[in-house]
Amino acid sequence: MAILEVKNIGKHFGSTRVLEDVSFSLEEGSALAIIGSSGSGKTTLLRCLNFLETPDSGSISVRGRLLFDASAEAAEREKNLRRKRLHFGMVFQSFNLFPQYTALENVTLAERLLAGEQPDFKQRRKEILDEIDRHGRELLAQMGLSERTEHYPHQLSGGQQQRVAIARALALKPDILCFDEPTSALDPELTGEVLKVIRSLADQRTTMIIVTHEMAFARDVADQIIFMDEGVIVEQGAPGDVIDNPKEERTRQFLTRYTQSSRL
Amino acid sequence: MFWTVTQSLLNGLGTTIQIFLWTLVLSLPLGLLFAFASRSRWKPLRLLMQLVVWIVRGTPLMLQLIIIFYGPGLWLGHNIWSGGEAGRLTATIVAFSFNYACYFSVIFRGGIESVPAGQREAGQVLGMTRSQIFFRVTLLQMVKRVVPPMSNEIITLVKDTSLARIIAAYELTFAGYSFMKSDGITWPLFYTGVFYLLFVGILTLLFNYIERRLDYFR
Repeated sequence: MAILEVKNIGKHFGSTRVLEDVSFSLEEGSALAIIGSSGSGKTTLLRCLNFLETPDSGSISVRGRLLFDASAEAAEREKNLRRKRLHFGMVFQSFNLFPQYTALENVTLAERLLAGEQPDFKQRRKEILDEIDRHGRELLAQMGLSERTEHYPHQLSGGQQQRVAIARALALKPDILCFDEPTSALDPELTGEVLKVIRSLADQRTTMIIVTHEMAFARDVADQIIFMDEGVIVEQGAPGDVIDNPKEERTRQFLTRYTQSSRL
Repeated sequence: MFWTVTQSLLNGLGTTIQIFLWTLVLSLPLGLLFAFASRSRWKPLRLLMQLVVWIVRGTPLMLQLIIIFYGPGLWLGHNIWSGGEAGRLTATIVAFSFNYACYFSVIFRGGIESVPAGQREAGQVLGMTRSQIFFRVTLLQMVKRVVPPMSNEIITLVKDTSLARIIAAYELTFAGYSFMKSDGITWPLFYTGVFYLLFVGILTLLFNYIERRLDYFR
């Protein structure tokens, strides 16, 4: 059974249609890349999954559990919103690290706050915090940042900051990790280190959704590609089909434009 | 004479410091509360806050002080402020706290709004509550941004305490001025100025220290 089931998502900003009838599903341990030009609704779709935007229509289910249903009452939708969010992790284009915390603190903050809500936190305080600290260091080591745990975000390069952000998103062990153009804000020479980390996550069968402009990377890493244009899914399938042999004219045009501009 | 003047001025300084500290202690949290109210999702509250800030910023603090001190006595027939120096001090602190809370609220609101939306969103996707996001993420970034404008306001507050003279509270300026009236000497006025300069000098050092302490992040 699919880990994520998205059905008929629609979203308007005022009278502007941003998403319409978006449906797809994702298997556990697979990576989905969403491609398309700016303004096609890719980012809004990710934001809907993370409950940063509320869709006007449609539903979202994770592991067969209905998390969002636009037809439900507002109070019902708001209930346990915090917990529902934890099914998804989010890596932002502009990192959004907390500047006043070190790399390690950025990674462990949310986990510490959640641990504080456990009933047995008071008795096992030290034990729990040590474990969180160890987990945080382990994640940063996995990102190749063992030497940077005590650094503040402004002391790190863009690529290092984004890797801290990935560790932070992984810390709460989300079912699905979302990336919103993770390399778009980076200098070209720094994109490689971030893509490498995402690739290794894919190799470990992390369930991921990646919104990206890195076409070669998408073809390489993703098990499934979605091409979006003007708020609708134009084409979806295996990378070999969508990128190499697109059926739709709009996909072909986008890919042609893309390869032309990347050759320049 | 010098010692008489010094003693009087120190006495006045005591009142000035009391007005200053109490106003800070009360207006800082009240200002934060007003800042939240002015960002409320409930429109009537936002409008009410706008009206209050407009009135308080749009009229002289001295006028507000006179109304707050004399008003209740004239309207109710009895003075709500206890008699003597203590009553004058209380009325002054109430007027000042409300006035400064309004100014602070505008600075705080600007500070909160200057923290990028992405910071709040990062907190949300990590499952933090609204108050966790405010206290753990937004607050310190806001504080860092408001230190320079707040230092301006707080230094103005030191000198505004001299307005309390209008309801005959015996503060620093009153003390210095009284020697001119009774003895016809002017040097205590300059001596009074030195007291203010030292007070503000110490505050400036304190603000520089806070700014440096918050320099560890951007």
